[in-house]
Amino acid sequence: MNLRKLGLVALGAALLVGGISAPPALAAETQYFPSLVYRTGPYAPNGVPFANGYSDYLLMLNERDGGINGVKVEVQECDTAYNNDRGVECYERLKGSGQSEPTLFNPLSTGITYALIERARADGNNIVSGGYGRADASDGRVFPHVFTLPITYWAGADSMIQYVRAQEGGSLKGKKIALVYHDSAYGKEPIATLERLAGEEGYTFSKFPVAHPGLEQKATWLQIGRQLRPDWVFMWGWGVMNSTAIKEAASVGFPMEKFVGIWWSASEADVIPAGDSANGYKALGFHGVGAGFPVHADITKHLYGKGMGAGKETVGDVLYNRGMFNAVVASEAVRIAQGKFGKRALTSKEVNWGLNNLEISNARWAELGMPDFARGIKISCADHEGAGSSYVQQWDGKTWSKVSDWIAPNNSALRPAYESSAAQYAKENNIAMRDCK
Amino acid sequence: MPVRTLSIWITGVPLAIGAIGFAFSLMASLNPSFFFTWPYFLEVLSAGLLQGVMYSLVALGFVLIFKASSVFNFAQGSMVLFAALTMVGLIEMGLHWTLAFVVTAGVMVLLAIAIERIVLRPMVNQPHIIMFMATIGIFYFLDGFGQTIWGSNVKILDIGIPKDPIFVLTGLVEGGMLVNSFDLVAAIVGAILVAILAVFFQYTRIGRALRAVADDHQAALSVGIPLKTIWVVVWSVAGIVALVAGIMWGGKAGVQFTLALIALKALPVLILGGFTSIPGAIVGGLIIGAGEQVAEVFLGSLVGGAIQDWFAYMLALVVLLFRPQGLFGEKIIERV
Amino acid sequence: MIYREAGQFKSSYGADQAIFPIRQDRIALVILLALAVVAVPLFAAPYWLETILVPFLVFSMAAIGLNLLTGYCGQLSLGTGGFMACGAFFAYKLSTAFPELHIVLVFLLSGLGTAFVGILFGIPSLRIKGFYLAVATLAAQFFLVWMFNKFPWWNNYSPSGVISAPPRALFGDIYLTGIQATPEIKYSFLLVFVAVMALVAKNLTRSRIGRTWMAIRDMDIAAEIIGIRPLVAKLSAFAISSFYIGISGALWAFIYTGSVEALAFDINRSFQVLFMIIIGGLGSILGSFLGAAFIVLLPILLSNAPTALGLEISVELISHMEFMIFGALIIFFLIVEPHGLARLWQIGKEKLRLWPFPY
Repeated sequence: MNLRKLGLVALGAALLVGGISAPPALAAETQYFPSLVYRTGPYAPNGVPFANGYSDYLLMLNERDGGINGVKVEVQECDTAYNNDRGVECYERLKGSGQSEPTLFNPLSTGITYALIERARADGNNIVSGGYGRADASDGRVFPHVFTLPITYWAGADSMIQYVRAQEGGSLKGKKIALVYHDSAYGKEPIATLERLAGEEGYTFSKFPVAHPGLEQKATWLQIGRQLRPDWVFMWGWGVMNSTAIKEAASVGFPMEKFVGIWWSASEADVIPAGDSANGYKALGFHGVGAGFPVHADITKHLYGKGMGAGKETVGDVLYNRGMFNAVVASEAVRIAQGKFGKRALTSKEVNWGLNNLEISNARWAELGMPDFARGIKISCADHEGAGSSYVQQWDGKTWSKVSDWIAPNNSALRPAYESSAAQYAKENNIAMRDCK
Repeated sequence: MPVRTLSIWITGVPLAIGAIGFAFSLMASLNPSFFFTWPYFLEVLSAGLLQGVMYSLVALGFVLIFKASSVFNFAQGSMVLFAALTMVGLIEMGLHWTLAFVVTAGVMVLLAIAIERIVLRPMVNQPHIIMFMATIGIFYFLDGFGQTIWGSNVKILDIGIPKDPIFVLTGLVEGGMLVNSFDLVAAIVGAILVAILAVFFQYTRIGRALRAVADDHQAALSVGIPLKTIWVVVWSVAGIVALVAGIMWGGKAGVQFTLALIALKALPVLILGGFTSIPGAIVGGLIIGAGEQVAEVFLGSLVGGAIQDWFAYMLALVVLLFRPQGLFGEKIIERV
Repeated sequence: MIYREAGQFKSSYGADQAIFPIRQDRIALVILLALAVVAVPLFAAPYWLETILVPFLVFSMAAIGLNLLTGYCGQLSLGTGGFMACGAFFAYKLSTAFPELHIVLVFLLSGLGTAFVGILFGIPSLRIKGFYLAVATLAAQFFLVWMFNKFPWWNNYSPSGVISAPPRALFGDIYLTGIQATPEIKYSFLLVFVAVMALVAKNLTRSRIGRTWMAIRDMDIAAEIIGIRPLVAKLSAFAISSFYIGISGALWAFIYTGSVEALAFDINRSFQVLFMIIIGGLGSILGSFLGAAFIVLLPILLSNAPTALGLEISVELISHMEFMIFGALIIFFLIVEPHGLARLWQIGKEKLRLWPFPY
């Protein structure tokens, strides 16, 4: 390479760098929603529908209602590829790049949530980790800026036990329950709860870690299907691990009706690759399934009808609906905060007030065009989980359908666990608890 | 292979398996919580062997390229992904799977030509680590390219391979032994592939030329073997092997990004068997497959599970300490 | 013109053996360091400090470590991620068990611990060579990450296995880790720390031990014949390399991300650091910095470029394109200059010395 070429390369690089630092234009009346997504990488099949649902719902507000109470919505995406350091980079990039202060962040990965919690605390940004992240962050006294609504993994584990107890006729004494989990921060979350409940309910609990990414589960399922032969298997899986687990479970002849996944093992991308063997597989969900809600018609009409929208084929997918769920939470928080601070673009701190006082009742869900889409949520200063509920959904080969009532987790037992864990975190990190009285 | 080596293998392998089984049964009698029965042990072993064939399928591609060009082709994994993606894409466009297979094979040949022209040719005579690095470049490029064209959704690749569990020897042992029919088909396909490759290398003109190149580049050149053509052929064959591996793995787990990572499962197989030996890739695959399944099932629970990833590498490492060139690799001779 | 060494005479061995024998180089270095210490923290946006410069410095440290082993001693290793995990978890255990221990001491001690682990996994190198060794070091990679992930003792029995860096002060109430730490402090500390460690590394490679490493790299049998003990040379390379890599892991966990789980140090991290030293230049300390800059900056540039240029491309396509361009650029660089960016820099300097009268 000669000097001239070198110079050209240097010039090109300099141009790029120069281009990046150009500041965005400022406009007052736009509410900015940063969106950390992963449309690429090993978990892309799960990340794409979520990202579509999130941006579709928010942009639909622009088209249908002209924004949130007249304040236009702006969505900017950044691709993390489900990678923690890329997630940190995306957060740093997005936090200052909008036309208003960032409303809130959905880190969309337990690992990224952990990495962002303290950064967001220092920056005064909000994090909503809906159905993932640190379970103990539902203690709003230690984590005023983190929201685990509507439900945490610990509550999920509790709900699963409630469900199988009902299925077994009210008692789990002498039953065997196995947990197949992704061997990471995410997968380990339910273990403590399930072990505690094993003592209370009298079942024997065994756990089977699966190494990332989860293509190798033959040994696991030989142990489960041929040796242990448990009555129920729970799964905390993610990405390719889910479909592989379902296939291997079928190949050792484990009945799908006794196989219950967490809500991240509950999407179309998890069951379709497993083909017919997935029929009957169950999973938890905390929001409605299918594209039959009135809001889906709105999205189809106002976005896809006008040639906009992120991906028509994903509308109504489980994870698309989860993206919508998160978008509703974000937009409702803004709406509630607007009620106090006025109908304008809000700062992160003002949105934080909205989140701390968030209430989406069952009636409100219906008003939003999503009747019975999710249970009512009510956030308070101390409780950042909002007492949400989940239910069991089942795959019949074509669609997911709801096969149980809403199950409310046993919060009286879970709450002290959150609080003691959060208190320890506060102590280790010199965080002063805020007073919620 | 000399008769002596062969007889060592034939007697040694059952003995080793028996010894391991016996050790486990001893442990079971000492510790009641340690679960062991002979049928279960054999079931795990057979599942492991079948799994091992799947590893061998991926490892074969590495061996072919390493033999002919001393390039450690890290991109083999993404070639598997790319081939599988292309095939699924073609099937989704309405082609019958046999036709799609042929077209995809053609695409892989084109890819081989492109790689030879763009990457290998300008880099002749570079140190191995630089060539290795270049294949990592190919890895990234193919990953992005495949997903740009075909998208990153999970795709189903179903060419009608049965998936139901079969129970064999039901009369002999209680409950029978479970064998996965899909894995059985994969093993048969693997065996056929190896047979075809063996015939190709042994009896065709190009095959002989390939072996000559593998033995000595310069000697091969001096007797008029076109090195560049050989490289294209080898990369094409490796591409087609990748396609077969992609069909098998894709049929098992769905075709998606994670497929590219199975290259990591092939590495311990490679070092165990030796980089330059096709039988090594097969035997290495079987040993690694069986070893890691048995270890995960019987030992994993003692230390908390999920040990099979590193166990495969540790197993390979132990073998290397005794045979630094792998089980079947050519002896490394160094002169000052 | 400006870059001419005519008239610079060396009157002592010391001057002749200096790391930067040319006066202009020394001046440029002083200016660069002054800029980096004073101007950058003052003027750079926090985004640049937090997400580009801090990881760049942490990665430089890891790259120096791997370069000592692979570039100078010729032992190909893919266990970098595992050794970084060692450093991170050792530092975590040390700093939580002995809160009064100064944080810099914690970093150094965790590096020391990693050095022992490095020696342990370096033992096979006495028998195994080349790619066989590379794959053997993968055993270290997978085993170490598994171990830190599996045994809750390492993360003080946290339910999720994630470790969070406890707040520790550099001195007084200037916090280096935790919530109170500002990007400026983190950056300044890293800059000084990494610069000192790089200087040590540079001098190591010019010392007796560095020369034995290079002899082993170039031909280990010949080196043995002239009286170099491969045992000492190879294991010392593993130890010192792991020392650097371990510290970089601790810095990663404590200063860059603030909280990690063991999976953050997976095999991709190993490859990332290997790219850095190959792109930057094997056997060059400067190359470690250049390579780290290249690998850290390139993906960020690529993913920012379309928005900066005003192109409307979906995030999905950007990421895919990023992969393709990244791969293509690696191949391009290797074809154009297989010896890395450091070599390009050297060629540039040679040309500059003659410019504008090359003949």
